[in-house]
Amino acid sequence: MQFHKYDVVIVGAGGAGMRAAIESGQRARTAVLTKLYPTRSHTGAAQGGMCAALANVEEDNWEWHTFDTIKGGDYLVDQDAAEIMAKEAIDAVLDLEKMGLPFNRTPEGKIDQRRFGGHTRNHGEAAVRRACYAADRTGHMILQTLYQNCVKHGIEFFNEFYVLDVLLTEGEDGPVCTGAVAYELATGEIHVFQAKSIVFATGGFGKVFKTTSNAHTLTGDGMGIVFRKGLPLEDMEFYQFHPTGLAGLGILLTEGARGEGAILRNASGERFMERYAPTIKDLAPRDIVARSMALEVLEGRGAGPNKDYVLLDCTHLGAEVLETKLPDITEFARTYLAVDPVTEPVPVYPTAHYAMGGIPTNIHAEVLRDNENVIPGLYAAGECACVSVHGANRLGTNSLLDINVFGRRAGIAAAEYALAHDHVDIPENPTKVVEEQLALLLSEHGHERVADIRIELQATMDANASVYRTEETLKQALHDVQALKERYAHISVQDKGKRFNTDLLEAAELGFLLELAEILVTGALARKESRGGHAREDYPNRDDTNFMRHSMAYKQGEGLTADIRLDYKPVTFTRYQPMERKY
Amino acid sequence: MTASATSAASAQDNTSAGQDKTNAAGSRGSQPPVPEGAITITVKIRRFNTEFDDEPRWESFQVPALPTDRVLNLLHHVKWYLDGTLTFRRSCAHGICGSDAMRINGVNRLACKVLVKDLLAGGGKATTITIEPIKGLPVHKDLLVDMEPFFEAFRAVKPYLINYGQEPTRERIQSAADRERFDDTTKCILCACCTTSCPVYWTEGSYFGPAAIVNAHRFIFDSRDEAAEERLDILNDVDGVWRCRTTFNCTDACPRGIQVTKAIQEVKRALLFKRV
Repeated sequence: MQFHKYDVVIVGAGGAGMRAAIESGQRARTAVLTKLYPTRSHTGAAQGGMCAALANVEEDNWEWHTFDTIKGGDYLVDQDAAEIMAKEAIDAVLDLEKMGLPFNRTPEGKIDQRRFGGHTRNHGEAAVRRACYAADRTGHMILQTLYQNCVKHGIEFFNEFYVLDVLLTEGEDGPVCTGAVAYELATGEIHVFQAKSIVFATGGFGKVFKTTSNAHTLTGDGMGIVFRKGLPLEDMEFYQFHPTGLAGLGILLTEGARGEGAILRNASGERFMERYAPTIKDLAPRDIVARSMALEVLEGRGAGPNKDYVLLDCTHLGAEVLETKLPDITEFARTYLAVDPVTEPVPVYPTAHYAMGGIPTNIHAEVLRDNENVIPGLYAAGECACVSVHGANRLGTNSLLDINVFGRRAGIAAAEYALAHDHVDIPENPTKVVEEQLALLLSEHGHERVADIRIELQATMDANASVYRTEETLKQALHDVQALKERYAHISVQDKGKRFNTDLLEAAELGFLLELAEILVTGALARKESRGGHAREDYPNRDDTNFMRHSMAYKQGEGLTADIRLDYKPVTFTRYQPMERKY
Repeated sequence: MTASATSAASAQDNTSAGQDKTNAAGSRGSQPPVPEGAITITVKIRRFNTEFDDEPRWESFQVPALPTDRVLNLLHHVKWYLDGTLTFRRSCAHGICGSDAMRINGVNRLACKVLVKDLLAGGGKATTITIEPIKGLPVHKDLLVDMEPFFEAFRAVKPYLINYGQEPTRERIQSAADRERFDDTTKCILCACCTTSCPVYWTEGSYFGPAAIVNAHRFIFDSRDEAAEERLDILNDVDGVWRCRTTFNCTDACPRGIQVTKAIQEVKRALLFKRV
């Protein structure tokens, strides 16, 4: 076992983690732990843009952005947080530009902006150009720019360190965060990091689904670690399906394509979004477009030999727009489907994309242990967190915004807390949880294969807990997930070595996936309404009387098969009253 | 770097019928259903676990694959169903994160960006795919190499915007043409395909390598940056751009389509003519 002592430890080196590190590293002694290399993080896969009401190309203001975010989230958004995000968006974009991010430019040399789903002028009148972008690799440029600035500031990274536990020490007023425990992939050694503040920025858990835009490594580790400590996870039933994944593969094609004018068509060539969202059509928010696509297919209007997808028509945009503003997605279609978007429409279908829920935090990125109290020294930001700025459905570009605004806030808050407090002793036996977990995975106690369980998990989640859900399908999913958890107790890991044991890594990741899938399904079963990304066929309407509230899921008891207890937390309102959501 | 732990080191091809691991000792129970239209591919992988092995060896696996499968799918099949000890890095699986650079049929590629059908030479008759770790970096385990020397070279060229003036309150103004000047080199995902395809880098590990130069180029030609000379000084070093022998391996290897050799030439020219 190796021991390290820092002021601030950041877990995860994607956009949120590195944005936090840039702030924290200049104020306090900071270490960043990542199970990958920083530039491998999935922020780099984001494409279309980052919204901010710069008003560089047309009239706009951050209040409109706030409203769009709240309405887009089907009013489950905490309005104070949304207001902060929309207001601070402008500086967040300008900060990135000053750090060197190469945004596309207007003819006057200002940051160019384009249209994106659900972002409108004056509370829904028409689509507005709000997304600042760098071709269709905005996330790549954000990730690179943040890493470049971490290099500039000499931020200390521990690459390929897999954090498996957070240390909480019981204090007089409840638990205090005192450190994290990591497994070093290169050596198999366990490292204890004592810190005054810990920031979780570990991303999402898209790998609970089969068809997903998410990386193999997005297994919800951070959320799982926090949940296992008895801390709540918020709004986990709200999972976003991005409308335009490459059919059958799930690889993301940016909404920016529709922002540039691309059109969704069914088998007969009809622009079907005109029926579902007459005002902003193809630029309706993602939940609405994904459901519309699923309905077209369900009602027999899908394209292709099996009528199981729809078409993204970019042909009228012309080769130049595609090559200069959308080069990556053009290449994805060519490489993976052998379809050239310049001359033919691209087969697309919704793909599991983004967790709206996560580790509950307040607007200072402090992690909540219940509806009111925080865990001193513990912070979270980005997709693994739930502030909640996305509510029941996130608007496109708002995740790149979230990681920058709340990543920055988390970094500052964590460093300031660390500067104002002394180290608290870590608990006795700090490595116990991790050592037992790894020993169990490596011991011989069965013949179940990790891959089999993971594939069955993903199959049942795709079939039963995706765009549309019913009591019946969710019960099936819950039954399946619980059975898979039983089987997980009998897995065997073939690689018993110390060095880069990715066999063991995948087994540990699967444990988190199973737990998070069960929370998602449990929350979805209990939420007997349809709101944003959670669409219940058996409860097709939003029910503000009973469900205008956040779900809070707690682990009841020990072990993987422990029960889940659901509680609820009120939504924060400022000035926007819930209305029917029409576009 | 120790020669024995480097992927560039030679190893005997000791694949023989007796060592073919297909459904043999390394197999892990029943196999998943074979999809319709699948063909059987022989995946020949260079194995080397520095924890237990003295030297690298070749091992072959029979893998059912669809022509549209990515090479990464084949590697996953081996790891998940045949031999859990097979080790490689991967993450996004669509050519954006840069984790899975490897030498596939003798050329550097991302495993997630090469489809099986594109590797079946001779009208689909050749069904063996050879996979080795990228060359010039120490091998830790199988296809997983030590990336530290690569990132060290990247960090050495000051790969971040340097500007000594006062920060404007709004964004810096940059014309679309000035932005276009360095567009190509902003696409780099630091996968190391270029650097580890370079014959100079294989023999002279101290050479910065194409990727570091690409990332220097990205700032040298950015009109907002004021440290072009500092970076040019660094690259004028004995291990800098002059090592480049314009073999174009790097350009061919880049999964992002960056004109790597051209970028290196532009840096050389900036040094020769003292202007950017």
